[in-house]
Amino acid sequence: MPVGRRYGVSTMDGTRRAATVDFEHVTKHYDAGAITTGAPGAVTDLTLSVPAGAICVLVGPSGCGKTTSLKMVNRLIEPTSGRILLDGTDVAARDAVELRRGIGYVIQQVGLFPHQRIWENVATVPRLLGASLGRQRERADELLSLVGLDPAVHGSRFPAELSGGERQRVGVARALAADPPIMLMDEPFGAVDPIVRDRLQNELLRIQERLAKTILFVTHDIDEAIKMGDLVAVVDVGGRLAQFGPPAEILAGPASDFVARFVGADRGLKRLSLARVRDLTPLPVPMARLGEPARRAAADPLVRDQRFALLVDHEDRPIGWIADRELDRDGGITADMATPMSPLLDPETTLKDALSMLIDAEVLAGIVVDRDGRATGLITTEAIATWLRPSGVSTATSIEAAS
Amino acid sequence: MIRWDWIFDNLDQIAASVAEHLILTILAVWIGLAISLVAGLLIYDRRRLYGPTAGFFGILYTIPSLALFAFLVPITGLSLTSALIGLVSYTLLILLRNIMAGLDAVTPETREAAEAMGLSRAQRLVRVELPLALPVIVAGIRVATVTTIGLVMVTALIGQGGLGQLMLRGFNRSFPTMIYVGFVLTVALAIGLDLLLAWIGRVATPWARKGPG
Repeated sequence: MPVGRRYGVSTMDGTRRAATVDFEHVTKHYDAGAITTGAPGAVTDLTLSVPAGAICVLVGPSGCGKTTSLKMVNRLIEPTSGRILLDGTDVAARDAVELRRGIGYVIQQVGLFPHQRIWENVATVPRLLGASLGRQRERADELLSLVGLDPAVHGSRFPAELSGGERQRVGVARALAADPPIMLMDEPFGAVDPIVRDRLQNELLRIQERLAKTILFVTHDIDEAIKMGDLVAVVDVGGRLAQFGPPAEILAGPASDFVARFVGADRGLKRLSLARVRDLTPLPVPMARLGEPARRAAADPLVRDQRFALLVDHEDRPIGWIADRELDRDGGITADMATPMSPLLDPETTLKDALSMLIDAEVLAGIVVDRDGRATGLITTEAIATWLRPSGVSTATSIEAAS
Repeated sequence: MIRWDWIFDNLDQIAASVAEHLILTILAVWIGLAISLVAGLLIYDRRRLYGPTAGFFGILYTIPSLALFAFLVPITGLSLTSALIGLVSYTLLILLRNIMAGLDAVTPETREAAEAMGLSRAQRLVRVELPLALPVIVAGIRVATVTTIGLVMVTALIGQGGLGQLMLRGFNRSFPTMIYVGFVLTVALAIGLDLLLAWIGRVATPWARKGPG
């Protein structure tokens, strides 16, 4: 799978540590009858590979075995058959207690220890690993800052004194405390309100950009899966893997009716939020520079072809549009000849936002500008529509979109 | 009615009785706590043993105290041992029940988090489950302590009884002052120990008083 190459363990930063996770024909059934009846929580012949440093989201309806799959990684549940490998080593071959200390674990109900102060909660695994009290406190403070809490304010409180969102942050900090190469997250943001959830999701992505852990993330929310996942595994009832791949690929080409229904009728629109302006090839923009003789600008083949020009200043920053008939005069071009412009699009703008801006401005094209505000090209609603066609999704685009 | 002069003349004897009463009570509750903790931890992961164990402690609890001591004296004599066997027997049911209730009150997500974090079974018990059970266990210790203070009055009948013996002598001599002193001090002892334990419990579990801030 080409996607793996992007996630080789980075050496940019000494603290980055991630492991690969491989499920090999993992099956779990709870009683003899479960094989045929598909009891909730059962997993059937699950095989998938998660490259180091990727977020892999397991998504599916409730009872589809996604949580069971997660808990088999740190051996809270033992598989009936099959193996799970971390960096090539079978988890069953390792001591369960020692294994778990190297795997971060975050659950929806957080499960903070009510009798311990926040910093003590965060330092749980370092303490188990024998860190000194000073080092424990130091590490806890580091991690609380990382998840956006103030160690001086929150560190000495008890869990009952924190809000739900704050507790969830502490849960993430606690899971990260021993710098584990793998994190398991079971609906970590399922119990907080949508606004807090969105913020926590963004912060996790920001933290992940820095730490590049391998994260297995369970959710029943397809939007969360698309947003969080480098890779998405859609799991059907009975723990059968329905489709596995980058979210853009799944949205562009659902492998089955189940996947198509699960991702929803608006999957085309969902794909728009995965891609960014930089993923499209912008059209060349006909330009006229401020002060330039009008007739010379009008002679430009691009201007002649498009019948308009974008007026830019000396730094190539857009000022406005000029129709070609306006250029049919002597003298230089002045700013007052231009009419109001199309929206300016940053290369990092999602196609969803870009399209929305174009619709709002009632125009068919937006101007792509670089970091210095220089016009670099045009994106049209037509280009976006073309990109949406399934054939328009090349592997390269979908990998980029997955980031 | 009350012979204050007798009280002032016999402060030593009264203090000795209070001390004896206190020691008997504390000793009995500590031994009871040790036994029920061991029993509780043994049956914690073997739930089918809880019924029979609680049943056995329940039978001990229902034996009338006088009958129990009458039964014990031929075996262990009019000794401290007899008194303690009796007193400890009556604490077991209360303490075991509270230990189990306390441990059961630990939420599943807390247990799961502790296990997933890589705490061994023993570490989960000592670092997470028992500390969280503490408020309920302390409540049990308080009930057991107050009950035992009352029962020490009965052990006076076998010659081990602190303030109980003081009262008993008062009856025998028809000397009400001794009875009043014994009564008032017993009640004071019960209330005092109960408040002390409540305070210790509060100090030991600061987290239990915190609500969402």
